[in-house]
Amino acid sequence: MAVLVIAEHAHGALSDATHKVVTAALKFGGDVDVLVAGENAGAVAPAAARISGVRKVLKAEGETLRKQTAEAMEALVVPLMAGYDAVFIAATTTGKNIAPRIAAKLDVMQLSEIVEVVDQSTFVRPIYAGNAIMTVKSSDAKKVITVRGTAFPAAGNDGSASVEDLAAPAAQSRSEFVSEEMVKSDRPELTAAKRIVSGGRALGSSDKFKEVIIPLADKLGAAVGASRAAVDAGYAPNDYQVGQTGKIVAPELYIAVGISGAIQHLAGMKDSKIIVAINKDEEAPIFQVADYGLVGDLFVAVPELTRSL
Amino acid sequence: MKVLVPVKRVIDYNVKVRVKPDQTGVDLANVKMSMNPFDEISVEEAVRMKEAGIATEVVVVSIGPQQAQETIRTALAMGADRGILIKTDAMVEPLAVAKLLAKVAADEKPDLVLLGKQAIDDDSNQTGQMLAALLDWPQGTFAYKIEKDGDALKVTREVDGGLQTVKLQTPAVVTVDLRLNEPRYASLPNIMKAKKKEIAEKSPADYGVDITPRLTVVKVTEPAARSGGVKVEDVAALVAKLKTAGAV
Repeated sequence: MAVLVIAEHAHGALSDATHKVVTAALKFGGDVDVLVAGENAGAVAPAAARISGVRKVLKAEGETLRKQTAEAMEALVVPLMAGYDAVFIAATTTGKNIAPRIAAKLDVMQLSEIVEVVDQSTFVRPIYAGNAIMTVKSSDAKKVITVRGTAFPAAGNDGSASVEDLAAPAAQSRSEFVSEEMVKSDRPELTAAKRIVSGGRALGSSDKFKEVIIPLADKLGAAVGASRAAVDAGYAPNDYQVGQTGKIVAPELYIAVGISGAIQHLAGMKDSKIIVAINKDEEAPIFQVADYGLVGDLFVAVPELTRSL
Repeated sequence: MKVLVPVKRVIDYNVKVRVKPDQTGVDLANVKMSMNPFDEISVEEAVRMKEAGIATEVVVVSIGPQQAQETIRTALAMGADRGILIKTDAMVEPLAVAKLLAKVAADEKPDLVLLGKQAIDDDSNQTGQMLAALLDWPQGTFAYKIEKDGDALKVTREVDGGLQTVKLQTPAVVTVDLRLNEPRYASLPNIMKAKKKEIAEKSPADYGVDITPRLTVVKVTEPAARSGGVKVEDVAALVAKLKTAGAV
């Protein structure tokens, strides 16, 4: 048995999500190899080699792989799968973009966002925005799996795997990277943050969102999140979205400000350790999952909370 | 440019899902069904492309039971030109859906297949990417903006950390995200007009695709319930609670 984990990395740094995926892969069993592909793979590979339990690291750099486009990653990974029983990748926008492409080429029905490995063919995954939990058995010979990071602890860093070079695939002429516009932020990334302050539609405007949410997040060293309603209304960028169609988070502390708590939002944050809800509607469903609920005007309560910390 | 838009009939966005007591699945009897919300966005985008003179024809396809015809009618009322219903009462997994769509694409020869990024029932987020792989077409997932650029398409994608723009030669597959547009409501005259639009009926066998599931559902259960906590009187009480819990 051997499993290939596709590493997630950006700006020369290995993402913590990779450590979590390795934990899931080790649970599956067999030898676990990590593929680091793309820009700065050389700089990232040593960090991947230190992940506990990893047998070897495969490194592939080259112009075609630079931005890990799905087409290039498919061309790189599909031939490698002759030597592996499963491929595991984080259920991030990168992983979600790549994995089904590999699965279709292997004629495998992918298992998306698993939260538990039961055995080598049985996995648990949420459906209907987490309102139902499905245990499912795959009859495919090889498994293609995306992993929900919040469901697995990160593997340690006491490994010393060897690093091997792989050749990058030939140029993909029909799809090319043009540009990217990344939000520059000193804040922790949402899915890795220990604390999150999230704002909802009750904030009323993009300016108020910034004025109320940001100081509290700054004070707590927290990441900033938003409900789908707030994103829809243009108060916050899509990248902030927590929920079924956004990011799934499970921080130590989640503060929901002016968020009513639609099931689609709860799906993204209900595994947080401590949930605080601040909302003026005492009937808001968010209070049903909050450890501490404060019924009141957020425009008064949040600045006061910021000052009190 | 011809645009193919696959749509899925799913449990309505606002319905509270109930797990069946025998753990075989989710109760769909007498539950309101609607078009998958992300598919509404893809239909809207295709119709806007037609209105802008970029698309010449918008063909909608759905795979599902007879009632999926209503989902197609909804898309036709929004402005799509004609529909294809691939009728089956079986559970069709994303891989099989992608195989069927690849056959439809071979028949229809669209320049663009525009899909929702995920269906809100099984939350798989696979079909578009699988279809692109099967056709060996370039893909642009989670679209925030789609622009025509000569013979190519420039797709700006929602990615972790921001936005990424890729240029795809057509034919291509694009999956849409939330912020791409706000779908319209069909007007009554358009709903009436849609009744006269053509819907071809097919079966998976017509396309020679084996839709046998690869996954077997062992059980479906309720998620672990999270019990609500306490209400606090004021900010001071909240801070005290958080300090005691070691959260701040």
